[in-house]
Amino acid sequence: MATQTVHHTAMTLSDHLPILQILIPFISAPLIVFIGRRSLAWPIAFIASAASFVIACLLLSKVIGGGIISYQIGGWAPPLGIEYRVDAANAFVLFLVTGIATLVLPYARQSVKAEMPQRTQTLFYALFLLCMTGLLGVTITADAFNVFVFLEISSLSTYVLIAQGSYRDKRALTASFNYLIMGTIGATFFVIGLGFLYMATGTLNMADLADRLSGQYESRTVRAGFAFILVGMGLKVAIFPLHFWLPNAYTYAPSAVTTFLAATATKVAIYVLLRFIFSVFQPAFLAETSTLEIIFYPLALLAMFAASFTAIFQRDLKRMLAYSSIAQIGYMLLGIALFSETGLMATIIHLFNHGITKAALFMGVGAYVLRSRSSFYIQIQGLGKTMPWTSAAVIIGGLSLIGVPGTAGFLSKWLLVQAALEQGYWPIAMLIVASSLLAVVYVWRLVETLYLSTPHSEQTIQEAPLSMLLPLWIMALACIYFGFETDITLGAAKAAAQALLAGSSGMLH
Amino acid sequence: MMTGLYIVIGKGNLVKKIVGLNIFQTSVFMFYISMGKVSGGTAPIFPLDGKYDPEIAYSNPLPHVLILTAIVVGIATTSLGLALIIRIREEYHSIEEEEITVIEDTVFRSEHLLVASQGESL
Repeated sequence: MATQTVHHTAMTLSDHLPILQILIPFISAPLIVFIGRRSLAWPIAFIASAASFVIACLLLSKVIGGGIISYQIGGWAPPLGIEYRVDAANAFVLFLVTGIATLVLPYARQSVKAEMPQRTQTLFYALFLLCMTGLLGVTITADAFNVFVFLEISSLSTYVLIAQGSYRDKRALTASFNYLIMGTIGATFFVIGLGFLYMATGTLNMADLADRLSGQYESRTVRAGFAFILVGMGLKVAIFPLHFWLPNAYTYAPSAVTTFLAATATKVAIYVLLRFIFSVFQPAFLAETSTLEIIFYPLALLAMFAASFTAIFQRDLKRMLAYSSIAQIGYMLLGIALFSETGLMATIIHLFNHGITKAALFMGVGAYVLRSRSSFYIQIQGLGKTMPWTSAAVIIGGLSLIGVPGTAGFLSKWLLVQAALEQGYWPIAMLIVASSLLAVVYVWRLVETLYLSTPHSEQTIQEAPLSMLLPLWIMALACIYFGFETDITLGAAKAAAQALLAGSSGMLH
Repeated sequence: MMTGLYIVIGKGNLVKKIVGLNIFQTSVFMFYISMGKVSGGTAPIFPLDGKYDPEIAYSNPLPHVLILTAIVVGIATTSLGLALIIRIREEYHSIEEEEITVIEDTVFRSEHLLVASQGESL
């Protein structure tokens, strides 16, 4: 009898993993505020994010073979109740978000101490967890309106986190305000789009939506809904002409926040875009409306070139990386636009690889900011000699950004070129290579500044503390590891791409 | 809907932008609530004794519930926006977008001059 009970609890616990994924950080955030002790804030945040990471790993291992976990909140069956649904695509994103959070937190400890006054540090960790909850919720939920709610949880905490940069530079406040305006417009557009879909179908569950929409692609209501959702999410993704909030927000936010946001927030938004384009609206709808040809191709290519060009002429390393992020988002959109299994695999893998690459680079920037008080090129000249470990890791990140063979970045760009060639679009393959050359230019500028120029001041700059170097090097080594060991990334991406392209048949059991 | 969006984009005063954002969001709430109305339908309240008449049409309550959530989100956004405006006013002594842009431009330029002069001194 007793063994039976134990067995039963173990079963339920593993059955409840999807909700625990959200609840652990969500409960820990107010816990930090109520306890209110600065010494306890960091440990609680770290334990919560580490626990989430373990759960994400468990979930990923369950679904990587192509399975689906469906969790009904409160036992209310979908489509009426809210459903959490884990498949290969979002388990992979959960893995990325929790993994980055678990590494950013140890890094953040020193960085936050240096960049923020003591009284706000406790609240910082609470907000960080809330932001993570929002991102995880957006990823895991299968209810369209729930996406909006979690999106706003993550966005609101993001605005506050960015504004924390005001202790270093007051422009963080205006950057945060502009993001608030743009982000709210985006989220409201998304809600308008959902309203149209609800009008046409009377349901909000994604699988159910997909089912009921399949007969109504001609309807103007449905098409208007699609357009609103695309633009609304496009603002969050920072698709090229909607990217104006991003450079300032990334530049003036505290380094730890920039690292976390750059590696996760836009990636989660891309995932939502994928989910809506391929699961809620079927591939058949896309073929009918030619959204991909008219919108995605030109914008993706524009982003790849315009943003990379802008990145070359920046004087601030942090801002350069922000523009490079916009360019990298262009690659992900291109993968979606190619509309094939290889293309989607490229998007999903690039989403992950770019996440770890940018995390490594922004961690390096944070270390420079800690030691030399600024991330302007002129201030970090010659730091390759005084901060050898940080700089070496940054260079590895830079190589992965270019897509040098042997790094993670190579794999995704290779797949993208392959996807373009598969369809016979060799000019696009050429453009991908050409824009990578622009990346070579801006990364070379970084190498030149770090290693080939003389330091501008005589003051001795120390190497970054170990608590920052360790996460930085884990990220840098991950860039190399995922360049060679491709089973996890390719496997998850393949399962995810196949499920997405299968449309609703992939959503239903 | 368009009025609110126009105010957000057209007005330079930060508080007016937040007001515009509010109008924009409220109009979306009304859009949802109008969606829930069933013509001839009454308030969706289930009679306590359980004896309901299948002839009576009820309005759809779900959009109302959704909008309750959205209203909470809207309040949070507004209060955060206003709090940010207070901090911006403390730092910039202005809440007009144009004046703030001028201040930021001068900061930006002085930063670059500093960078350039350091570059020459090398």
